[in-house]
Amino acid sequence: MSTQLPMVEVRGARKSFGAVEVLKGIDLSVDRGQIVAIIGPSGSGKSTLLRSINHLESLNSGEVWLDGVQVNQKLHGQAFERHINKVRQQMGMVFQHFNLFPHLTVLENISMGPIILKGMTRSDAHALAHSLLSKVGLADKIDAYPSRLSGGQKQRVAIARALAMQPKVMLFDEATSALDPELVDEVNAVMKQLAAEHMTMLIVTHEMRFAGEVADRVLFMDGGVVVEEGPPGDMFRAPQKERTRTFLKKYLSA
Amino acid sequence: MQGLDFTVVAPYWDLLLIGAWWTAVLTVSAGALSFVGGILFAVIVLYAPVIVAYPVRALMWVFMGTPLLLQLFLIYFGLVQIGIDIPALAAGIVGLGLHFAVYNADIIRAGIVAVDVGQTEGARSIGFGKWQTLRHVVIPQAIRNTAPPIGGNLIALLKESSIVSVIGIAELVHSAQLAISETFRPFEFYITAAALYYILNLVLEAALRLFERHVEASR
Repeated sequence: MSTQLPMVEVRGARKSFGAVEVLKGIDLSVDRGQIVAIIGPSGSGKSTLLRSINHLESLNSGEVWLDGVQVNQKLHGQAFERHINKVRQQMGMVFQHFNLFPHLTVLENISMGPIILKGMTRSDAHALAHSLLSKVGLADKIDAYPSRLSGGQKQRVAIARALAMQPKVMLFDEATSALDPELVDEVNAVMKQLAAEHMTMLIVTHEMRFAGEVADRVLFMDGGVVVEEGPPGDMFRAPQKERTRTFLKKYLSA
Repeated sequence: MQGLDFTVVAPYWDLLLIGAWWTAVLTVSAGALSFVGGILFAVIVLYAPVIVAYPVRALMWVFMGTPLLLQLFLIYFGLVQIGIDIPALAAGIVGLGLHFAVYNADIIRAGIVAVDVGQTEGARSIGFGKWQTLRHVVIPQAIRNTAPPIGGNLIALLKESSIVSVIGIAELVHSAQLAISETFRPFEFYITAAALYYILNLVLEAALRLFERHVEASR
């Protein structure tokens, strides 16, 4: 049997902001089609970990790999630019504050990446955008500007925009944290649909219930280290570490 | 004392309209140069290596710190001395264009800095390079957000373009002066020229409003 390469692998990741070390040696391996939820208190380093996977943060030491290619290669200047732009095309990222382009319509937001970066024809890219919008339930908003959308709709467009690049992995950085509670479900539903299609996903979240429903594995981070990890059933019902228990108690009782 | 008699303007109407036409040509050309130059200067000051950024900043400082009239004299009369002979119209366009490019650059630079960092992260996360991100995401938003003051500069440029009459460009004020030298009726011709400037400005403001309405559609 051939051993399969992990889709995402992080080895010994360390990262400091000034004198504060936010990642203190993280190892993480995510298999193809696996869904990993990363939970933990604010400032635990979970967002930084996610952002360093597509090099929005550069690690001080350690390695990040995507499907057998090192993301943070020791290249310089233009060579690294070319490399990282290629790599990022294969990773979709969804942000807490959506980061849609307000000067472009929903259609343009989604089709711009495929047209400019992949050389897709305008009509193919528009067809792709249309099918992705149907998938997230927003086909009727194709010509709207982002300012006309609710938070939940914005985030679904942002997911469609990321999917338009046909990424190998999707990174969600607190995708529902900025949403009104009643808008959270529509975004979660799209993420569940992706899970059903076996998209590899890393999900930084504060929503324990959702993490429990969708994730194959849950990572609990605190103080820049992975305190504990395991299948969601074990993690939520019988956490081994005291720190995990006190953290989860606050969330699960709420 | 002479009474006012605007019928003296009639025989010179064509001359004045030709002057107004050249004022429009100057404004559009120098305006385009000041816009593109403003973006270019802003990007250079923000992102270019110091070896490029410092000389450009020095040039900007010179253009901001000295009178436009002097700059025009230098470009038109001064450069000839070192072998660079520029036709008057080109000298006028370059002088006006660069002068206002410096003011636009300051505005656009502030506009670029004010675009949320999340926009850059959003674009970079898709795989856009630095330049692509600037070109397709950051600069278009910076321009939209700074459209009112840039439009204000364009209106100022239209009016300031009268100054290039001193290097002999046959724009509106120059035409009026020509007519006055033949008729000795300064009041009628300057009033008429002023009215023509006002009309040109109305057209320009209408165009700017059209652009702002287009921008409003995305807000």
